[in-house]
Parts: sequence; C-alpha cells; structure tokens
Amino acid sequence: MKKYALPLIVFLVIAGFLAIGLRLDPREVPSPFIGKPAPPFTLPQLHKPDATISPADMKGQVWLLNVWASWCTSCRAEHEVVTRVAATGEVPIIGLNYKDERDAALGWLRRLGDPYKASAVDAQGDVGIDWGVYGVPETFVIDQQGVVRHKHIGPITDKSVSETILPLVRKLKGAS
Amino acid sequence: MTRAWLLALLFAVGSSAQATIETYTFETPAQEQAYKHLIDELRCLVCQNQNLADSNAELAQDLRRKTYEMVKAGKSSQEIVDYMVQRYGDFVLYRPPLKGTTVALWAGPFLILVIGVAVLIRVITRRRNDAAETDDAAELARVERLLAADKDRKA
Repeated sequence: MKKYALPLIVFLVIAGFLAIGLRLDPREVPSPFIGKPAPPFTLPQLHKPDATISPADMKGQVWLLNVWASWCTSCRAEHEVVTRVAATGEVPIIGLNYKDERDAALGWLRRLGDPYKASAVDAQGDVGIDWGVYGVPETFVIDQQGVVRHKHIGPITDKSVSETILPLVRKLKGAS
Repeated sequence: MTRAWLLALLFAVGSSAQATIETYTFETPAQEQAYKHLIDELRCLVCQNQNLADSNAELAQDLRRKTYEMVKAGKSSQEIVDYMVQRYGDFVLYRPPLKGTTVALWAGPFLILVIGVAVLIRVITRRRNDAAETDDAAELARVERLLAADKDRKA
C-alpha cells in the first residue's frame, strides 16, 4: 500500500498541473492596462475623415472599444455578436479600424451593417501598439473615468457577452 | 558524414530564416547593435515562440519599425523595453524579470532538479542496500543447502 502512495501522489500532482494547463489559453496574454487609464489617441473617423475621435469624447460613459479590420476573418465571424450587443442599447461601441483601407472598411460596414457609434481609423497600427493590441479582434471595456476594466482577446461570443461583458457594463454603470 | 551535412544544412536554414527583409540604416554602429539586441530579446506576441527578429508577422514588423524609430530617436534600450512592457506586459520579454508573479518560472526548474536528485539518491541507496541483503541471504541459503547435503551423504 505504502509502495504505491508516492507514485500516486506524483501522478495526482502532475495530472493537476496538466488539468490547469489545459484550461489556460496560451494566446491570452494578460493586458497590463486593466485598471489603468486608457491610452489617449486622436484619430480621424472612418465615416467623416475630417472629424476626429478620441477616448476623451467618451468620458462619463461606459463604452466598448472593438478593434476590427475588413481583412480579419474572425472579425467577420464576430460581427453578428457585436451587432447584437449594439442592438441592446446598453453600451455604445466605438470601432478601431486597425490597419485597414478606408474603402474596404466602408464597404465591409455597408455590406454587414454598422454597429459602431463611430470608427477611428488607425491606418498604421500605432494606436494598436499603444493599446497593446496583438491580435484582431480585441474588445476593451472602459468605464466612466476612462479606465480600462476588461480586455477580451479574439472574437467575442454570445457567451462572453452575457457572462462577462454585459454584467461588467451593468456593474460599472451601477457604480457611478 | 551525412549527419554532418544535415547539421550544416540545418544551420544554413536557421540563419536564413533570421534574415529580415527590412533594410534599416543607422547612424552609429552602437545604434545598430542596440536595435539588433532589442529585436532579439523581444517576443513576437502573435507567434509567441519567436522573437521579433525571427518573425514576419505583421505585428512583429510594426514593432521592429517602432523599435527602429525609437533607437533612431536616441532612446536608450531600457526606455524601449519599458515602452514595450507598458503595452504588452512582461510577456513581451524573453527574459522576464524576477518578481512575485514570475518566481515559479525562475525557481521551478531548480526546485524540480533538487526533488529529482533527492529521489534519485534515495532510489540508489535503497537499491544498493536491498541488493546487499539479498546477496547475503541467497549465499547463506546456498551454504546451508550444501552443508545439509554433505551431512546427508555422510550419514
């Protein structure tokens, strides 16, 4: 009996670590921005190239920043979910059109519908770097004070919206 | 012989993959050195197991450009590393700093090594003792058997 105790413990420890490892997504790099002020930017708007948009414009509201591009296939898959979130009217969504061509981006929105209150044009991807974007799509939740509260890497799903994003939005709204 | 050739081929492939397409020019060799060192030490966030120098992912290209611009602007290596860590976290470093969240990362391998050596020593000593005992017992039994046989014959 005692003979098997040690191998059994070793097995359980390894199995435990592997089980945790299986649940982790190595592609999800924790964002250093959570709890920190959103990096500022001033970018031209997609629809109105003469007008600019900046996170400062959204002060006082809870809002989402959704990083998208017309060349990004996961964004295409995510678009329906983003549209549904916009339709709830619970939270305004600002798009960050990342390293895209204006015509392609406008065409994409015409074809699939435009859930965004406005889209900022980040043609060179510099703002993307400032926000620590490394895979499109990404979605940030920003509170009334302009602090980043949550970052979702990869396409948002109905599950992540109903379990994480919208509850957080409601909580932040309630806290104000 | 074939093995040596294969090995040489492997290195040839490895080094050509490292060659990047951008042609950045620097004012001083020190700047170029700093740039090369930085893109070696910074991780590509998209591919994760490549550094910026090795990767041709779009983001890696952008970050190389950013690194180049900052080196050119006279920023120190530390400033550039801080800039990257501020945006992408410690993950962007191939050599993460030793702090609370990374202790397991740094100490883990040594801990496992110590445990491994301890187990090995235990197994070896135990096996040696066991072996010694069995030898003695077996020998004793053999001798006793021989003596008994001898007695039988005499009787």
